[in-house]
Amino acid sequence: MSALGAIIARDIRLAFRAGGGAAQGVTFFALTGVLFALAVGPDIALISKIAAPVLWTGALLATQISLDQIWRADREDGSLDVLVETSDMLALTALAKAFAHWVATALPLIIATPILGLMLNLPVEAYAPLAISLAIGTPGLSLIGCIAGALVVSLPRAHLLIAIIVSPLYVPILIFGSGAAMSGAGAPQYGANLMLLGATVLFAAILSPLASAAALRSNLD
Amino acid sequence: MRVVFTASNLAVSRGGRPVLTNVSLRAEPGDAVVLRGPNGVGKTTLLRAFAGLLRPDSGTVGFTDAADAGRSRAPSEVSIFCGVLNAHKAALTLRENLAFWAALYRAPQTRIEAASTQFKLAPYSDYLAGALSTGLARRLGLARLIIAERPVWFIDEPTAALDSASSEDFVTLVEAHRQRGGVVVIATHDPLPLNGARIFELTAKAAA
Repeated sequence: MSALGAIIARDIRLAFRAGGGAAQGVTFFALTGVLFALAVGPDIALISKIAAPVLWTGALLATQISLDQIWRADREDGSLDVLVETSDMLALTALAKAFAHWVATALPLIIATPILGLMLNLPVEAYAPLAISLAIGTPGLSLIGCIAGALVVSLPRAHLLIAIIVSPLYVPILIFGSGAAMSGAGAPQYGANLMLLGATVLFAAILSPLASAAALRSNLD
Repeated sequence: MRVVFTASNLAVSRGGRPVLTNVSLRAEPGDAVVLRGPNGVGKTTLLRAFAGLLRPDSGTVGFTDAADAGRSRAPSEVSIFCGVLNAHKAALTLRENLAFWAALYRAPQTRIEAASTQFKLAPYSDYLAGALSTGLARRLGLARLIIAERPVWFIDEPTAALDSASSEDFVTLVEAHRQRGGVVVIATHDPLPLNGARIFELTAKAAA
């Protein structure tokens, strides 16, 4: 197996093992949906209207809680040295780590979305736009999160700092993603939102590996 | 590959505070260098700078190929750093940890067997690494030396948690590595019986 493949496989395996972060994210996401449904009460028309943005926000927050661990876990047990020492290009290692984070965190959320959609009375025609916008947008969340995780890798208890760093950067993804999901497949703004969402994520895909690698290098000591 | 390691006029800091200045060291194939000095003098920091894991404030670190007319090599290509952390994942089994390293260091599968035989880890292959004792975990951490098979070894406190038999095994392993033309730089407080090892005494802010 190639080195990058091994990193991806290891991170995914660790996330799905006992104590890993995969179940944490999807549980948080489900709880957000349930609590929101309870908070809104029996107004079915209202809840079905806001279901898509609620699920998008829930997915965004659920992705955020595990960002702290992307690099810190490797630094704390010494594996980060091994990753750096064996890497031909640290930026590619960062890309592999971001991809593994997406598979372990965001993919379970996308799979859980239909169940939560049912609970929040999401209109039938909104399922596909919501799933597609999440599939396009969530990689951007992992990519941006990877930079934040690298920036704070040497700081203990950096959850709050990570939230402050990523929240403004997540705003475009949330606006375009939620916008696409709400407008529905037929609307003219659907395609525009998806394309802007895709552009934002592609931009993050270029910037994130380089920025993460630079942040890691400056934090190695 | 036989590699000559040179460090010239290195100055390193930790946490923004300068710890060592003007460190120069040259190690030929087969050399063993033991770094000594009081706690906090900067042995680990220096080893990390040697291995390219920390950028020195000034000075240079170089690895040159003894066979290939002094061709320069990247640290990641020829050296390995074994710190006090064993770099294993507690939630993976011992075998999974070794296999992961083998993939990273691009080592053949046979070296996984060799490493677990050398460090007598075979009976624990299916244990979760988190369940290993301190000494066994240390042996797992050191097994990386065999998997990576790099000519230059930088090792921090290798024997601190090892029993006397494992320490002897480790010394045998280091001597075999030197026989093959490898270089070893070890930071340790233990008196390791290494044949003709150079002692490199570090003192605060200036090294001999």
